[in-house]
Amino acid sequence: MSHSTVPRSKAEASTPVKTTVASDGATGPREKRGSGKLSLRLRFRRDRVLLLMTLPAVLLLLVFNYLPILGNIVAFQDYDPYISDNGIVSMLNSPFVGMENFQRIFEDSAFWNAVENTLVLFFVQLLLFFPIPILLALLINSVVRPRVRAFAQAVLYLPHFFSWVLVIAVFQQMFGGAGMLSQLLRQNGYDGLDIMTNPDTFPFLLTAQSVWKDAGWGIIIFLAALASVSPDLYEAAAMDGAGRWRRMWHVTLPALRPVIALLLVLRVGDALTVGFEQILLQRDGVGPGAGEVLDTFVWWNGVRNQDFGYAAAAGLVKGVVSIGLVLAANKVAHLMGEQGVYKK
Amino acid sequence: MTAVIDKPANKPRRWAAPERPAWEEEPSKAGLAGKGIALTFACLAILFPLWIVVVTSLSSRKTIDEAGGLVMVPKGITFIAYEELLSGGQVTRATIVSILVTLVGTLFSMTVSVLCAYGLSRSGSLGHRWILMTLLATMFFSAGLIPTYLLVQSFGLTDTYLALILPSAISVFNILVLRGFFMGISQELIDSARIDGAGDLRILWQIVMPLSRAVLAVITLFYAVGYWSAWFNASLYLNQQDMMPLQNVMIQLVQKQEAPVGLGQAIKTGQLSGLAIQMAVMVMALLPVAVLSPFVQKHFKKGMLTGAIKG
Repeated sequence: MSHSTVPRSKAEASTPVKTTVASDGATGPREKRGSGKLSLRLRFRRDRVLLLMTLPAVLLLLVFNYLPILGNIVAFQDYDPYISDNGIVSMLNSPFVGMENFQRIFEDSAFWNAVENTLVLFFVQLLLFFPIPILLALLINSVVRPRVRAFAQAVLYLPHFFSWVLVIAVFQQMFGGAGMLSQLLRQNGYDGLDIMTNPDTFPFLLTAQSVWKDAGWGIIIFLAALASVSPDLYEAAAMDGAGRWRRMWHVTLPALRPVIALLLVLRVGDALTVGFEQILLQRDGVGPGAGEVLDTFVWWNGVRNQDFGYAAAAGLVKGVVSIGLVLAANKVAHLMGEQGVYKK
Repeated sequence: MTAVIDKPANKPRRWAAPERPAWEEEPSKAGLAGKGIALTFACLAILFPLWIVVVTSLSSRKTIDEAGGLVMVPKGITFIAYEELLSGGQVTRATIVSILVTLVGTLFSMTVSVLCAYGLSRSGSLGHRWILMTLLATMFFSAGLIPTYLLVQSFGLTDTYLALILPSAISVFNILVLRGFFMGISQELIDSARIDGAGDLRILWQIVMPLSRAVLAVITLFYAVGYWSAWFNASLYLNQQDMMPLQNVMIQLVQKQEAPVGLGQAIKTGQLSGLAIQMAVMVMALLPVAVLSPFVQKHFKKGMLTGAIKG
């Protein structure tokens, strides 16, 4: 196998410095190979295999993540999908209408309904979902028998790997009109109950599904933070007369604080994304009044109604607001003295 | 409170609790009971519905009718639902499609991701910073559903299985996890291999990958579960019913309560309960995942942490 004749630098051979992905991406504290002295041509010769290795991934990202950004011009068009079978040709030949699509959106009560549902869902999930993995982690962490612990973890992680289709099917069989709950109620002389299609309780149903699927998985990150707390701290606290609960309050919770802050920041930055697949699968069951969120609004108007310009405009509004939210959430994290998603 | 487990000197029985440190007070009976109840409840909330699904899928028409629907206590086991589903027809085809897409897709995703992660793991290499930024940026924006949809269509991917693999083939998060792991591998090892004349591909294949089995297992599982669970791209890009993967067939069967093509007769003639069919499809969808994920479980923490906390 051929390899470069230029020796890899000595700097690189020094002991590997433990770094983290994000910090390295931003500033690169790891020692660099001595690139300064070499000409670009030599560096290319030396690193061409490495470059070639990243090529497939970079190409995939360029084609499927970056190129579609240009496709957002349909938001400013009266896009006509029937001009050509090829979307790009249609895009190039559709008339531009300026901001008309955006004007329509802001006058559309269905859009504002979707915004409202999105925000309601975000807050319900934040209040009811977010604390559960923390509590579960504290519970699991206090189990000292290794076997019990491993078993509980295996069970709790499992639903994370189920598809949304399966999770909703399970809920359907338990709480649907013909499900377990209705069956038990009817056998005891009550009326059956269809929770799956009740628009009033829909946010709580969605949250319950999220908890069932992902609350167990969410504990991993907290368990790791808990494992990194030195037992000496607990011992010292106990020596000073702190009981079980005071040790939890003064030692355990401060150890979790950075992780909690980070996850909150991530969640707020992602506030407008409230479970697209999960909601799309149940949208028809509860109806758009309660079941329409921003993402499904885009899907409905674009994919179903073929009103692509309009849907793309709604998607663009959501995308721009989302980027703003991510940046704002990080700013707040930095102000609070936490690390956030990227470094300052 | 804390688990102090590192005491190999006097090995306790495997189910026994390890010794408590001297400073820790004895737990109260009420506290222990409360913990036990909470943990049991959490596990049952997950296992009980799955139990019902599995048991009902294995029940005969008669048992299901007697129970008035879902079966909690098994009375005789029959595999008739599975036999019907796997004897050709829509569900059989969908299962094969799902398995093939998962195998091919996972292999493709892993190849691309491992190569990219290794290519970026020697920091200071040419263009390394730029490529990394290109990757990271995609974690902060999305081009949007409609532009992506129009573009993938215009590539001619409609009604091909490539549409189920290419648009979401790589996860930047997974690449960063792999890269973090590769960067932690001893540099001396890699340098000595290079002195012995090994090129980058050979170093990756013979040194880096064997040392990274744990993280490779986790990421493979993540990708495989992703392909196995996916239904949305199929609903977008596939128009032909007989191309649909298992998840999409499950939507029709359970949510829309439609009998699968070719099975209506067996249900009508009364040998088979429609409910058992639904449950059997659900079991088929959850079985591979439920069997595989516990094996990889012990590596989750490592895999998640390299990228998650700081990335």
